Amino acid sequence: MKPYSYVRARDVGGAVAALAEAPDAAFLAGGTNLIDLMKLELMTPDVLVDVRRLTSESIEESPDGGVRIGAAITNSDLAADRTIRSRYPVLSQALLSGASGQLRNLATTGGNLLQRTRCVYFYDTTTPCNKREPGSGCSAIEGHNKNHAILGASEHCVATHPSDMAVAMAALDAFVLVRGHDGERRIPIEELHRLPGDEPQRDTTLEHGELITAADLPPLPFAFNSKYRKVRERASYAFALVSVAAVLDVEEGTVRDVRLALGGVAHKPWRATKAEQALRDAPANEANFRAAADIELEDAEPLRENAFKVLLARNIITRTLLELSEER
Amino acid sequence: MDQEITIKVDGKEHDLTVDTRTTLLDALRERLGVTSPKKGCDHGQCGACTVLLDGRRANSCLALAVAHDGAEIVTAEGLAGDGYLHQMQQAFVEHDAFQCGYCTPGQIVSAVGMLEEAQAGWPSHVTGNLNTEEIVLDDEEIRERMSGNLCRCAAYATIVPAIREVSGR
Repeated sequence: MKPYSYVRARDVGGAVAALAEAPDAAFLAGGTNLIDLMKLELMTPDVLVDVRRLTSESIEESPDGGVRIGAAITNSDLAADRTIRSRYPVLSQALLSGASGQLRNLATTGGNLLQRTRCVYFYDTTTPCNKREPGSGCSAIEGHNKNHAILGASEHCVATHPSDMAVAMAALDAFVLVRGHDGERRIPIEELHRLPGDEPQRDTTLEHGELITAADLPPLPFAFNSKYRKVRERASYAFALVSVAAVLDVEEGTVRDVRLALGGVAHKPWRATKAEQALRDAPANEANFRAAADIELEDAEPLRENAFKVLLARNIITRTLLELSEER
Repeated sequence: MDQEITIKVDGKEHDLTVDTRTTLLDALRERLGVTSPKKGCDHGQCGACTVLLDGRRANSCLALAVAHDGAEIVTAEGLAGDGYLHQMQQAFVEHDAFQCGYCTPGQIVSAVGMLEEAQAGWPSHVTGNLNTEEIVLDDEEIRERMSGNLCRCAAYATIVPAIREVSGR
């Protein structure tokens, strides 16, 4: 690891100010991704500003009937929270399908959102990677790309976002609360992560020094009928090949409302708005679920090794919606 | 860049000056001579370095010592009493739940932390009813909850029964 100084800021304002003065500084929360990246010298901050104890570690009811999740709450505590389990099960399930018990005890909500891709070429410093070294090229496009994106990729990067939690939050229409040098802003999670375009080195729309302080879940009364399904290469402790977060409201056999997001298929959690649109007010049956999945996946551009993801996504969307429509 | 910290390890307090880059694992092993947490992958993928950090199991290889100033750490060594083994250690011996033994301290600490999580009613990926009040630790639950601890000798077939026996007490 490159040498760095370690600072514990007194409060959120102090932490944000500390980064404003230091262009190569970084926030440290649970550290489960950042410390690993620093060991590999993929990230080399000269100052670490510890924010683990600065933001809220609690889950609170919001005035609008939703909940506010403090950025410092661990993945374990968030997954086990009774309110989340009963009102937003898709979020608990997503968290529990990610990482291991030990990692979830350290990892935080804010850090989970900001974790970086697990693309093997991003990690392998002997190969070109536009995300690690802009302009050097993408090794995955012609290389081993079984795990890579099928939607929204660019000629510069085909990496995927690794988070499960963020996929559930995308389906729940979450907002992220961000504190920066110029004050606070609240952004839809859809606008937090970005597609690679010609700047794959930027995972998110956050500016240097902006700190995530909380995530807001809207009330979404039908979210109790929600589910996260993840397909991976081993039964536990692996990143998704494809995952789906689904929230479904069915009344008398008709889809009243639906939220769908996919993981493992793009540079960001992929909100399947085309499929959602096709399903609203449609009869809730297998044929329609499959047709909606096909509409979403029409734009898929699989790489040499990952055409299976298109079929897999289609199948898990269909099956998950079917289960949600039958369980009501 | 050095910094002073105080950590409590297996009941004993230590004042240390550490480089800011020192992980908790390296502080324990290289500075304090507490070698029961093992360095397997050093990337949070194998679980050999698992300790109880302020009461919860955690990968000590991904925790910076300076970030855990004031923390209370329990290692596999600290689970044992004076002259007797912790019941999880005893169960691992009785079930022959290891071969080379390198992952064992991490397995044991992880299992102890895992049982407390289940006791607290935390669900897992395989828990059928997310809103259940009581977690029943069958083999599927134990395997899922212990998936952060790899055993390259593949002693899983005896690790699971060892943990199941203690969980039933």
